[in-house]
Amino acid sequence: MKYLHLVWSGLCRKKLRTSLTLLSIVVAFVLFGFLAAVQEALVGGVALAGADRLIVREKVSIINLLPISYEERMERIPGVDFATHQTWFGGIYQDPKNFFMQNPVEPEKFLKMHPEFILPPDQLKAWLETRTGAIVGRRTADRFHWKVGDKVPIQSSIWSNRDGSRHWDFDIVGIFDGKEKGTDTTPMFFRYDYFDEGRQGFGQGEVGWYTIRIKDPSQAAEVAKRVDAEFENSSAETKTEPEGAFIQAWASQIGNIVFIVAAILSAVFFTILLVTGNTMAQAVRERTGEIGVLKAIGFTNRQVLFLVLAESCLLTVIGGVVGLGLARAVTPVMAAQLSGLLPLFFFPASALLLGFGLSFLLGLVTGIFPAISAMRLSVADSLRRM
Amino acid sequence: MSLDKPKNGALVRVEGVEKVFHRGSEDIHVLANVNLQVAAGEFLSMMGPSGSGKSTLLNLIGGLDRPTNGMVIVGDDRIDQLPDRILAGWRARHIGFVFQLYNLMPMLTAERNVELPLLLTHLTRAERKKHVEIALEMVGLSHRARHYPRTLSGGEQQRVGIARGIVTDPTLLLCDEPTGDLDRKSGDEILDLLQALNREHGKAIIMVTHDPHASARAARTVYLNKGELSLEPVK
Repeated sequence: MKYLHLVWSGLCRKKLRTSLTLLSIVVAFVLFGFLAAVQEALVGGVALAGADRLIVREKVSIINLLPISYEERMERIPGVDFATHQTWFGGIYQDPKNFFMQNPVEPEKFLKMHPEFILPPDQLKAWLETRTGAIVGRRTADRFHWKVGDKVPIQSSIWSNRDGSRHWDFDIVGIFDGKEKGTDTTPMFFRYDYFDEGRQGFGQGEVGWYTIRIKDPSQAAEVAKRVDAEFENSSAETKTEPEGAFIQAWASQIGNIVFIVAAILSAVFFTILLVTGNTMAQAVRERTGEIGVLKAIGFTNRQVLFLVLAESCLLTVIGGVVGLGLARAVTPVMAAQLSGLLPLFFFPASALLLGFGLSFLLGLVTGIFPAISAMRLSVADSLRRM
Repeated sequence: MSLDKPKNGALVRVEGVEKVFHRGSEDIHVLANVNLQVAAGEFLSMMGPSGSGKSTLLNLIGGLDRPTNGMVIVGDDRIDQLPDRILAGWRARHIGFVFQLYNLMPMLTAERNVELPLLLTHLTRAERKKHVEIALEMVGLSHRARHYPRTLSGGEQQRVGIARGIVTDPTLLLCDEPTGDLDRKSGDEILDLLQALNREHGKAIIMVTHDPHASARAARTVYLNKGELSLEPVK
């Protein structure tokens, strides 16, 4: 700590250059924060996916429906505990930008399948007693200021009601919370019986996809094969996969998110590496004489190496902390705007730690060559250059 | 080892020293068979034209460079054979440097500049502060402790440089043209200060200078010409 003022004075020497370098580091880490949030939003669900849950969808495409009769047949397959279904409703609330997920489900089986959704028992009771009842996640309830007892109209982009319109009314009977921080609390779920009896045109007696719980997660692959074999050569063949793989495949429709994020960050950090490395190299070159003085009064080569490295690390860590802090502060604001599109958009703590480590590593890498050159300077030579 | 009790009375012994610099394929002989002894508490001046090897000899005595041949002994230590890391510590404990262009850190205040050599010691912050106050008081700059070098005159900057040189209480002060960048008045003040450090505090001083007026303040003057040492000025 006693060297801190000496290290700090090195950074203050060329304030404009240091500020610009710092700004570029801050921007890089803000970008890092946003990309980490995007990645979390798109593939974060994979980590939260239940290991004992399989998703069964139509073999060709998820937009093709499956018969409701499959549920009982699946539950008879060895290794399957029970099955339940969901269907994509594709609705909006008042305005197309107010998009979020709403799916018709079987209330009790659905909540048994998804223990990550926490619903008070009295609200479950109300849901079972109300045919038009719907439960909504906390984030969406907060977003639209909905409360239990409200009647909300939802416009479906797919399903027509009995009166020929796509306007559906629901009574909010419950608001659920997530068991974990990453649990998505933006969807709304309503009763399948109300939906199936109400819809007209197509799809009666059919569902979007099934979720099945298996008795032994280590048998997932075998059970998936058995399920697909059960419906082979039928009019609606199935494709069964673990829930994590299903979410991953869903995100992969946009592209290989992890690769895209890694590619962008690599380009950004390589540029920052050059910018910061150049700043440090110039700083050492300009201070050759001062380094000579330090060595003359007794600083060892190793201490000089440490001072230069400490300076570059201080620069990058300050930039990293400010950038990560900004990203952390701004992400919730963006998340509120994107909650319909990217419900899990948040800056995970693991990315914060990774970013901090990265800022320190950046300091070491950019400082190491100037530090070695400062360490190798001959005292007499550097004093002559003063 | 202490510099206060040198063997056979000499604090500094330079014996048969040669220094050759290599520039491409050319060898430049800067010092040739130089022999010199400086007693503890002595104020020695070294004069000679530019390129005569004065600063090179001073660097060798201060352990900033190594001779091509010969021995440099300060106190009981043969410093030309000390490893770099040990030599750095030795300089910190025993030598104070004063440079022609002051060589202060521009981003540090006067007191922070003076404190620099103390960072290498085990002194606490309060102890360092006390030492810095004493050193600045000795050079008459207590009232300028919080000032940055750019706000000080040349003479004041050199006083800060001297305070930095003496703050660790070294036995030997090496001054390379300490008045070379100052006007006569400021130069005289610096020379007064060096004389006081020599007479009142017993510091041995070796001063390189071009200026006969400055050299006259020393107890003894030696002359260097083309790498050879003599007791007579160059004609």
